[in-house]
Amino acid sequence: MNMLAVKGLSKSFGGVRAVERVNFSVAAGELLAMIGPNGAGKTTCFNLINGQLRPDAGEIYFEDRKIQGLPPRERCRLGLGRTFQVAATFGSMTASENVAVARLSRERKLGSLFTSFRGSSGKETRALLAQVGMESQADRPCAELAYGDLKRIEFALALAARPRLLLMDEPTAGMASAERGELMRLVADIARRENIAVLFTEHDMDVVFRHADRVIVLADGELIAQGTPAEVRADAQVRRVYLGEEAAHA
Amino acid sequence: MSKIALSLLLFIAAGTVSAQTIKIGELNSYKVFPAFLEPYKKGWELAVEEINRAGGINGRKIEVVSRDDGGNPGDAVRVAEELISRENVALLTGTFASNVGLAVSNLAAQRKIAFIAAEPLTDKIVWENGNRYTFRLRASTYMQTAMLIPEAVKLKKVRWAIVYPNYEYGQSATASFKKLMTQAQPGVQFVGEQAPPLGKIDAGAVVQALIDAKPEAIFSSLFATDLQKFVREGNLRGLFKNTVVFNLLGGEPEYLDPLKDETPEGWWVTGYPWNEIKTPAHQKFLDAYRKRWNDYPRLGSVVGYTAMYSAANALRKAGGTDTEKLIAALKGLEMDTPFGPIVYRALDHQSTMGAYVGQLARKGGKGVMVNWRFADGANFLPSFEEVRVLRKD
Amino acid sequence: MSSSSVLIQFLNGLAGASSLFMVAAGLSLIFGVTRVVNFAHGSLYMLGMYLAVWLAERVGFWAAVPLAAVAVGVIGALAEISVLRRIYKAPELLQLLATFALLLLIKDFALWAWGPEDMLGPRAPGFTGAVEIAGGAFPQYDLLLIILGPVVLGFLYLVLKKTRWGILVRAATEDREMAGALGVNQRWLFTGVFALGALLAGLGGALQIPREPASLNIDLSVISDAFVVVVIGGLGSIPGAFLAALLIAEAKAFCIGLGYSQATLVIEFVIMAAVLVVRPWGLLGRMPVLARPGTAEPPFARPSLRLRWTLAIVAAALALLPVVSGGYTLVLLTDMLIFALFAASLHFIMGPGGMYSFGHAAYFGLGAYAAGMLVLREKFPMELALALAPFAAGFAALVFGWFCVRLSGVYSAMLTLAFAQIAWSAVFQWDALTGGSNGMVGVWPAPWLSSKPAYYFLTLLVCASGIIFLWRMIYSPFGHALRAARDSPLRAEASGIDVRATQWEAFAIAGLAAGVAGALYAFSKGSISPEALGIQRSVDGLVMVMLGGIQTLSGPVWGAALFTWLQDAAARNVDYWRAATGIVILALVLVLPRGVGSLLQARQ
Repeated sequence: MNMLAVKGLSKSFGGVRAVERVNFSVAAGELLAMIGPNGAGKTTCFNLINGQLRPDAGEIYFEDRKIQGLPPRERCRLGLGRTFQVAATFGSMTASENVAVARLSRERKLGSLFTSFRGSSGKETRALLAQVGMESQADRPCAELAYGDLKRIEFALALAARPRLLLMDEPTAGMASAERGELMRLVADIARRENIAVLFTEHDMDVVFRHADRVIVLADGELIAQGTPAEVRADAQVRRVYLGEEAAHA
Repeated sequence: MSKIALSLLLFIAAGTVSAQTIKIGELNSYKVFPAFLEPYKKGWELAVEEINRAGGINGRKIEVVSRDDGGNPGDAVRVAEELISRENVALLTGTFASNVGLAVSNLAAQRKIAFIAAEPLTDKIVWENGNRYTFRLRASTYMQTAMLIPEAVKLKKVRWAIVYPNYEYGQSATASFKKLMTQAQPGVQFVGEQAPPLGKIDAGAVVQALIDAKPEAIFSSLFATDLQKFVREGNLRGLFKNTVVFNLLGGEPEYLDPLKDETPEGWWVTGYPWNEIKTPAHQKFLDAYRKRWNDYPRLGSVVGYTAMYSAANALRKAGGTDTEKLIAALKGLEMDTPFGPIVYRALDHQSTMGAYVGQLARKGGKGVMVNWRFADGANFLPSFEEVRVLRKD
Repeated sequence: MSSSSVLIQFLNGLAGASSLFMVAAGLSLIFGVTRVVNFAHGSLYMLGMYLAVWLAERVGFWAAVPLAAVAVGVIGALAEISVLRRIYKAPELLQLLATFALLLLIKDFALWAWGPEDMLGPRAPGFTGAVEIAGGAFPQYDLLLIILGPVVLGFLYLVLKKTRWGILVRAATEDREMAGALGVNQRWLFTGVFALGALLAGLGGALQIPREPASLNIDLSVISDAFVVVVIGGLGSIPGAFLAALLIAEAKAFCIGLGYSQATLVIEFVIMAAVLVVRPWGLLGRMPVLARPGTAEPPFARPSLRLRWTLAIVAAALALLPVVSGGYTLVLLTDMLIFALFAASLHFIMGPGGMYSFGHAAYFGLGAYAAGMLVLREKFPMELALALAPFAAGFAALVFGWFCVRLSGVYSAMLTLAFAQIAWSAVFQWDALTGGSNGMVGVWPAPWLSSKPAYYFLTLLVCASGIIFLWRMIYSPFGHALRAARDSPLRAEASGIDVRATQWEAFAIAGLAAGVAGALYAFSKGSISPEALGIQRSVDGLVMVMLGGIQTLSGPVWGAALFTWLQDAAARNVDYWRAATGIVILALVLVLPRGVGSLLQARQ
């Protein structure tokens, strides 16, 4: 079953086309990598799927339900989670409070005015933090944490919403290379275990080819190739616009 | 040096006699309306010195506890509370703006203490919102407007335009003017009305709008900054060439002096031609004031001076500081002032203090009042029947 | 209006726009580069007027104008170097507090130097007469002003476009950190911009003296006009400021020309509200660059044990006080308690909510007015009026808040100011309902509450409960949602939190709490007048919150107590109490930039 299907998605900013008639789908439990050079339209694509931006044309289906027009929060409630290119957490709260906010949001318990906020010491919160290896930092304010740890917290935040599809915009950006592999492994493990579909972008090709089930390639807003990592690696056009540069760098 | 020594002496003296002094609470918006209130303060300080030099009241000196009321009713009420409960003053006096005066008057009734409102011009303080604890010295908006009516009627002008600062004083001056003119001169027309915000007149546009209304005469209750801007733009744009202007308060030195050589000639105003009044009562005040302050008095000086004498006279007549006795004493209190004798009317607690009505002229690069007459406040108050309807107590 | 008067009113508008543009352009430049909302900008304008009048008597008008402008520029630079430079890194809006202190200092300096009376300047030699235009007389000097406005605009345009310094200024306006990375010496760039902004304000003021006397009240009226112009034009946009100045000045001129002079009270705020609702970043403004990550607010600690004990002891002392003290102490403490609740309600949206409000007095005042109207007009018993009045304020906050939470930062703050001014003018003008400028008198508590100790206890009970409720809410799930929305709106939204609805709800709660304070205030004073919802009251609230410290829990309460006491004590004992208050605020800003409340905020 398709978790996410995108059909003819287009968006331009002031005449500059950022995403042009893009079609692809993600199956349940699948790890799909979206790659492409800088400015290829990856983040725009994410923002369209997540609901932060409104598409000019095209359709987005989540579990066969049309979701365009829904704000991000509604999509989150349907099971569409997201992490950002620059890790976004709630800086004035501790790691566990961050996760608890997301968890209470899922449970629709954040509106309560007079009850105490006890979620941060809950079992589930601890478990989520443990899952991303942050249990020992649970009570430290996010403002004090290292960037790599923030990425993990954000991952836990996204998981707290119990998503069935996770959009991860460069989940390892800004991390040391050893850390990257570790985090991506963690993501893949959890996704497989919990049957979560993951759509992620990534610059590190090692990470992409090691963990992705399938890869789609964006260039200048258009989808130019898709397939298994091996197929994409072999694609001539991809090599020209993208991997060629990459190979030259290496 | 001698100044310091003197004030030190006074301080010690004040300390030793304070046991027997009578405290009078005074509050005013000194920082908000300094142009009027600095001379006012000098006026009442002179009065206090005179009263105490003459032996005080029944052997007790008076001491004034003066406070800045911050220019808004909320702070003024707190300051008044402080004067009442911490300083234990015998009575309150002061205030300038109408809203502050009304708020303090309202507090006076609640806390049961006599209050002599010195300057607020609002008619309401003695009529609609009058109460038995509040007395008012100055000729009110209504009275001063009424004083200008005889001259206005004599001109037989039909088309009148009106300009006033947009708050209670200007609004009620305008309402009174329209009512009194319509009574005195049926057929009078009001062809244009401009109500710029207080202190923020856009004079060029207002003058142009008045020109467009083609009035034969203008009634204005502008004062202070607004008046200066209005006069300058009106002169420049020729508004006053063929139009007579009546301007409430325009002859008060506080507002007239800054106009200097731009003083518009021929305007009818209420005011205070301090250097031309030759009555013995005024001469005595003028000499004393000049000797004490080395400056000439403004209208505020007369108001402050007279307000303090009103308080002192009431205390003397009451024979003590009991509020009920003070009220009884103030009701119908007759006394002399630099402007001549006045009475605090028993019915509505309004004093009959008058004002001078005359025309503006330039003399040696300064604005002066000419062709003036004294208008006794007693002649410009509504009848007792009318007042009784307005007052609710 | 005849066609000739339309033309003349149009020219009047143009002349008015010139001076407004100059002061607004300076404000816009300063904000664009330094992100300082310079509250003292109107004071610099006022200083320009006084200096020009004073100098004109000595060196003549034409020499006085540039001299005054340069002098004000130098004063601006000195203020930047001695005060503002030290606090750029301090929490946001602390600069606002510092510039407010400068406003107080400059006002009392002018009072000391030039006395209380208005000073009308000379007419400009060579431009004393009028020319005939379309059958009417139009002042020559106004024609000169009409030309000078665009000249200054052109000059600024050239400086910003063609000089290296101007390019740096523009770079810093667009992205401050980028400019820093380019190796721009920020310190002197900031000082230079501040000096130029101040010079423009001084020039605007100096050029105004033939039209308007220098007076001590001009600072606040100019600053509010300038804020409005800058926001309508778009923060940081000089052409926007010009366009907006033109729009405002013409609107005022035609209100007067068409016989709706009362509308000039509020027309600029109506225009601002309309513009902000339609174009959230002003006419020519651009969406501000989002703050970079890592600049998030500091952790919001739970109250420390020390703070809990302090509060408990203070509360107990307050409850026992009437036994040992009566009279005025209770009156002053009643005021302090009311303002503490008012400040706590403002803090609720400013601190955890991250929404700045320059118009919070609206809800305070509407609560007070509602109480007055229920008692006087509807003859409700006082107790019932006190209970119901806050809902009027809450309702207003619900309506205004709906718009305000759609904007962010200074724009949102300015929209709150616009709504407050609109509410103020409605109250001011609606004589039949509100008593107009006089307000309403006779709003006293019920007899059993009318003694001072009784009313004090009531205030203590209500305010303490209100503050405790607000504080509990900060640490409730809702409070966490609110902070989440502040810390990272994107993350919050992606986690299923409705950011706007959360902020909207907080806004309404804050309005309701301010309304409670307002209703208590009305009954404690026995009267209510438009000042209760004026700009000054809103500013007082801001000062209280910032004195106490935005990012502390109890700070605003201490700030309110300190500020109320300062006003009371200084006004009684010091002639120049404004300056004294200003100095105390400056000292606190420099010594305790995180606010008084930070003393009690021990780290966990």
